Amino acid sequence: MTLTEFDMPVEMPKGLDSPLELAGVNFTSRLIVGTGKYASNEIMVDAIRASAAEMVTVAVRRVDLDRTKEEAILHHLDPEEFFLLANTAGCYTAEDAIRYARLARAAGFNEFVKLEVIGDDKTLLPDVQHTIEAAKILANEGFKVMAYTNDDLVTALRLEDAGCVAVMPLASPIGSGLGVVNPYFIREIKRRLEVPVIVDAGVGTASDACITMEQGVDGVLMNTALAAAKDPVQMAHAMKCATISGRLAFLAGRMTSHEIAVPSSPKVGMLD
Amino acid sequence: MIQVRLNGKDLSVSNGHTIRSLLQSIEINPLGVVVELNREILTRDAYSDLEIKEGDKIEVVHFVGGG
Repeated sequence: MTLTEFDMPVEMPKGLDSPLELAGVNFTSRLIVGTGKYASNEIMVDAIRASAAEMVTVAVRRVDLDRTKEEAILHHLDPEEFFLLANTAGCYTAEDAIRYARLARAAGFNEFVKLEVIGDDKTLLPDVQHTIEAAKILANEGFKVMAYTNDDLVTALRLEDAGCVAVMPLASPIGSGLGVVNPYFIREIKRRLEVPVIVDAGVGTASDACITMEQGVDGVLMNTALAAAKDPVQMAHAMKCATISGRLAFLAGRMTSHEIAVPSSPKVGMLD
Repeated sequence: MIQVRLNGKDLSVSNGHTIRSLLQSIEINPLGVVVELNREILTRDAYSDLEIKEGDKIEVVHFVGGG
């Protein structure tokens, strides 16, 4: 039996949370998922549905004229069902990222772009200088820029100043599955920015998504954690629950932590 | 015949092709792609008017899975 065969409850209780608002567009789900690296398009679509994500990322690439490789993803993903967020993945300069963003917008779905400019091959860490430069130009052209960046506060502030509609610091390197390596910096970025903060990249399993949301951020974006799970559909359900759980825990307000034990039961009233 | 570069590959095409007829000849639905001609993005209504010239660099892109 697969998870798509029975219904998957676990919803954010109505009225508890506000929607995730990105440049005037409201999303109920705070989970955004990628569409890369799935074993099949069918598994991808089932996993995305199980995740309850409304926004999904896609990449821009040459059409394979030999038709031996990748099929167009829109044969499988209905743009009426999912809000497409095109990325500039694979770009190493502001110029390239701008070119890819313009191509994506010309497809005619929306003006949102996930800006990603890579600065280092091995870690896939962002080139912040090029990212900021591209963000300024794209924002001026009317793009709704959601910028992937590292967990550096100053860069995040600059991206906000550049006109980004969301800033997306990494939890840890893309595809690493290492979880949130620096929760303090994520919290600090969230505290200081006015635009939504979405943690993008590095989430490996449900607890990572939960911990991410507990930092108070507005959303979490992941791809490999689902696509590379043994059962992507089941993991997608786990991520949906974890994202809601983490958000609820944040809204509930956690207890103060102490580095000493504090008994839960009364000290008085003990027998002689 | 003229020589063009299509998606990074050299291609010989007969004279008089427009972007639209080129897409047709390689069986690509114009609605599912975006076309860049010599680094300029084309609007779909321009496909029928633009005649392909010797040395043109054409990129035909679409959305694929990505994170």
